[in-house]
Amino acid sequence: MGEAYGVVTENRMQSMTKTITVRYFALFRERAGMGEERLKTAATTARGVFEATRDRHRCPEPLGHCKVAINDEMADWDSPVADGDVVLLFPPVAGG
Amino acid sequence: MIELTDRPIDTQQLRESLKDSRAGGYAAFEGWVRNENGGREVRRLEYEVYEPLSLKEGRKIIAEAQANWPLIGVRLVHRSGLLELGDCAVWVGVAARHRDEAFKACRYLIDELKLRLPIWKKEHYVDGDCGWVNCERCARLNPGRGRHRAD
Repeated sequence: MGEAYGVVTENRMQSMTKTITVRYFALFRERAGMGEERLKTAATTARGVFEATRDRHRCPEPLGHCKVAINDEMADWDSPVADGDVVLLFPPVAGG
Repeated sequence: MIELTDRPIDTQQLRESLKDSRAGGYAAFEGWVRNENGGREVRRLEYEVYEPLSLKEGRKIIAEAQANWPLIGVRLVHRSGLLELGDCAVWVGVAARHRDEAFKACRYLIDELKLRLPIWKKEHYVDGDCGWVNCERCARLNPGRGRHRAD
């Protein structure tokens, strides 16, 4: 019984974990020391990805000052992320 | 039409391209590299542009302007790469039947562009330091990097 339960739990964990690509830009890229990375995460939203990678880009800016895109479409921080997604993290923009 | 380029912006050619016999008004805005920001002497600027989304978002902004005002022609150009003092970093031009819509649309385009396009500006200072504009809180974590105010 114990073993069977363990297997089920592990399977459930695997189904929750997804592999996504995170891309960093400008200040975030410099802080992370890389342009992109593969991330195994249980995060379900763009916000979760930002938080999971916060140690890398070390950004204390409020989320409202940053932007996010998923698979080259502008997204919200509450947008869901799926296995295989490419999540683009943008520090505060300054065009013009 | 929106263009992103790493070459100098030919403002005269852009102005000519908007000429139209139906247009009675034309308004343009040029953003230039200034020698100072937040009390620090700036030597040059570096723009990082994420092209796929800047193009997509730029086209949306143009479509919004066209929906808001009856425009005859719209062009928007943004530089990438290293720029020297006085260089033109961004150019927005609008042709319309009357000046009112030309002025208003031009203002809308430059304001939205600055807020929405995934473009970042790094200032290189005369003292050798450098920093990303609008990342004030980030800069505090990293003393020695420039602190900036939004422009």
